[in-house]
Amino acid sequence: MRDVAIVSFAQSNAAREDRNEVEILLPVVKAAVASSQLERSEIGFTCSGSSDFLQGQPFAFVMALDGVGAWPPIKESHVEMDGAWALYEAWVKIQTGEVDSALVYAFGKTSSGDLAEVQALQLDPYCVTQLWPDADSVAGIQARLYMERAGRSERDLAEVAARSLRDAQSNPHAVAKGDRDAEKLLAEPYRTSPLRDHDCPANSDGATAIVVMAGERAKTLCERPVWIRGFDHRIDPPALGARDLTRAPSAEIAAARAGVGDDKVDLAELSAPYTHQELILREALGLADDVRINPSGGTLCAHTMMSCGLNRIGDAAQRIAAGEGDRAVAHASQGHCLQQNMVCVLEGE
Amino acid sequence: MSDLPNALKSIVTPVRLEYDHSAGAAATGFLRGLTQKKILGARTGPGEPVLVPPRGADPRTSELAAELVEVSDKGTVVTYSIVRVPSDNIPFELPYVCATVLLDGANLGFFHVLQNCALDEVRIGMRVQAHWAPDDQLTENVSSIRYFEPIDEPDVPFEQIEEYA
Repeated sequence: MRDVAIVSFAQSNAAREDRNEVEILLPVVKAAVASSQLERSEIGFTCSGSSDFLQGQPFAFVMALDGVGAWPPIKESHVEMDGAWALYEAWVKIQTGEVDSALVYAFGKTSSGDLAEVQALQLDPYCVTQLWPDADSVAGIQARLYMERAGRSERDLAEVAARSLRDAQSNPHAVAKGDRDAEKLLAEPYRTSPLRDHDCPANSDGATAIVVMAGERAKTLCERPVWIRGFDHRIDPPALGARDLTRAPSAEIAAARAGVGDDKVDLAELSAPYTHQELILREALGLADDVRINPSGGTLCAHTMMSCGLNRIGDAAQRIAAGEGDRAVAHASQGHCLQQNMVCVLEGE
Repeated sequence: MSDLPNALKSIVTPVRLEYDHSAGAAATGFLRGLTQKKILGARTGPGEPVLVPPRGADPRTSELAAELVEVSDKGTVVTYSIVRVPSDNIPFELPYVCATVLLDGANLGFFHVLQNCALDEVRIGMRVQAHWAPDDQLTENVSSIRYFEPIDEPDVPFEQIEEYA
């Protein structure tokens, strides 16, 4: 395997953006390329993740290319997935030896539509979507089942929210933040019981860009390269009745394949849009109690769909680069109820 | 082909999603300009190419093109095609001419339709001008320019527009 390092990372998140995709993306890509110390022309591959369903405007990802340095023509690819999967494609491309470096970016404008409703389109169009099960309702079904199986309470969920909101206070890119204890949160009304507003993601608009470089060259580009030591993604069946919603088998396998348990984990960034999903993921990834979870506030506090998973990888890498730990786990998910999961193990030089 | 007896061939599944759209800075500038009979392009800075319609960035440099610049509603045909394919979306009688017009002051061809022009007279280098909708029908829509039509000005030699053809 070739060693691949994350050498730069930039992001922006806002509750509502009136700029178009190019206008949102351009400064973020620029910042990531500038801090990678690479010339744009030196970057061998460009890969992105986005979904036009979010803003209801077709081919936004093609127009976005105007803002990412696509002239002279570049080697480029796109996934209709969170940008974390674009990073995986770039990592595989680098493994083949075809390129040594890549720019990976993602963007999403969730505020244009009703995101929870848009997500209903991910379900079976013949027998399920017709009932318009919005994402919050489906997550509520999963949360209740999980609490029953794991013996967890609404307080456990509120504790996740309270900690995330508190941590988000020191993250300028979080859109939900605050110092509210679980007691206060539990006094709020339900949204889709047992979930309250604080259990559901703070949707946001934004973009993320990461530059990765293989081998020795990475060491010349940044003070402390953060190496991708394990990377795997798996998928569970889409039918909600076809799997145990209280577990995330695909996350368990991805974590094992990525080698999460091979050494001590200092911190983890988990892309759990809903509070109970963080608890499911901690179990699936086998994270010890002393692992620092979502010091950024996580996807709960800035759910820029399509880039929030890539943000988890970037946020984790940034903390390792800054010396806050030596080994981190980053996770991305897609689909209802953690249907698809990616796990990335990162280690500092 | 399937020989499944009584196969269900279609189902009705209405989908309705509402979007609170935002056009972004570049398109907002361009579309609002149309309501005042102005064609606005954008550039990354003085002396840089003027892009019409603007989409936010100069695709050759990927620099933010945020400076709005008014260009002329007169221009030169850099290429065209005669359309004989009907479409419910198009209010013109067949056949008609669609063209790329290099507006005076712009550095990017602008796509639109030509009218009041005999099919055998349309040519590369021909000078044309926008025909605007009546003032009370100007909206944030590119059809506020109803069409382009020939004007009485000498043709522009191909060499002068070759770069944009």
